[in-house]
Amino acid sequence: MVNITLNGDPHKVQKGQRLFDLLQDLKLDPGKVAVERNLEIVPKSTYQDIKLDEGDRLEIVHFIGGGKTV
Amino acid sequence: MNNDRFNIAGMNFSSRLIVGTGKYKDFEETALAVEASGAQIVTVAVRRVNVMDPNQPMLVDFLDPKKYTYLPNTAGCFTADDAIRTLRLAREAGGWNLVKLEVLGDQKTLYPNMVETLHAAEVLIKENFDVMVYCSDDPIMAQRLEDLGCCAIMPLGAPIGSGLGIQNPVQIRLIIEQANVPVLVDAGVGTASDAAVAMELGCDGVLMNTAIAEAKDPIAMARAMNLAVQAGRAAYFAGRMPKKLYADPSSPLAGLI
Repeated sequence: MVNITLNGDPHKVQKGQRLFDLLQDLKLDPGKVAVERNLEIVPKSTYQDIKLDEGDRLEIVHFIGGGKTV
Repeated sequence: MNNDRFNIAGMNFSSRLIVGTGKYKDFEETALAVEASGAQIVTVAVRRVNVMDPNQPMLVDFLDPKKYTYLPNTAGCFTADDAIRTLRLAREAGGWNLVKLEVLGDQKTLYPNMVETLHAAEVLIKENFDVMVYCSDDPIMAQRLEDLGCCAIMPLGAPIGSGLGIQNPVQIRLIIEQANVPVLVDAGVGTASDAAVAMELGCDGVLMNTAIAEAKDPIAMARAMNLAVQAGRAAYFAGRMPKKLYADPSSPLAGLI
């Protein structure tokens, strides 16, 4: 297992786990989210290729209701 | 009026009202209010997903992104870097370039930080974003943003969420007069007449959230705003009568008994 930070919280994943599989494990629809890894945008087309490393910092976001500052 | 389309970044719309999707009771109410408003563009925020509970309802299940143009915003960002990061993520999540930039400078007033806003706009435009920008009502700043390539200039009419109405008609008019891109009042509208005032000044559109979401009956207010924006636009084209200091009878005086 390796330690990553997922949306600000510590999280453990299998060594070499692919980002796509992490999203599946989290039951997140890859079509409805966007992922930033170590401050770099991860293109959706590469979710299958990205292997997670020790210390990776992931941000997984989606659209929520929002007008001005919410 | 039927041919009066609202063009933004190469897209065109029949509605000139853009509504926010925050502060509603639930997604059902959000969807009903958006429908009643007639808006075709809705602002949305970008936030971390709740990885502990991925089955929470999602906005996209209630407001179809194929039917409404999602305008991702940077609400809550206080630095250019945060705003840029947020919109890069938004583009990857949604797949489109049209975004709303807003960089705030102060918690109490939520007034825009124009130094950070200009910096963020420059970076985003270089990355081919179509940037609609929330800004102060300073015509010099508005011109700078247009020169940078922003596709819409959106000054505040009053502080965000204040509902005070258009406090700065002189500045808004100056910005409209000089602009070659759409100008929208973004923030400050409290009720339907405020939206009409903005449109009568010659704004291309109005963006609002709280005025609808925090009305006693948000869906009824959404309908009122829809009509007010149309009425204001029609009055702008009609051209108002000159203001006079004294009365001017509207019935002929000749033939009076």
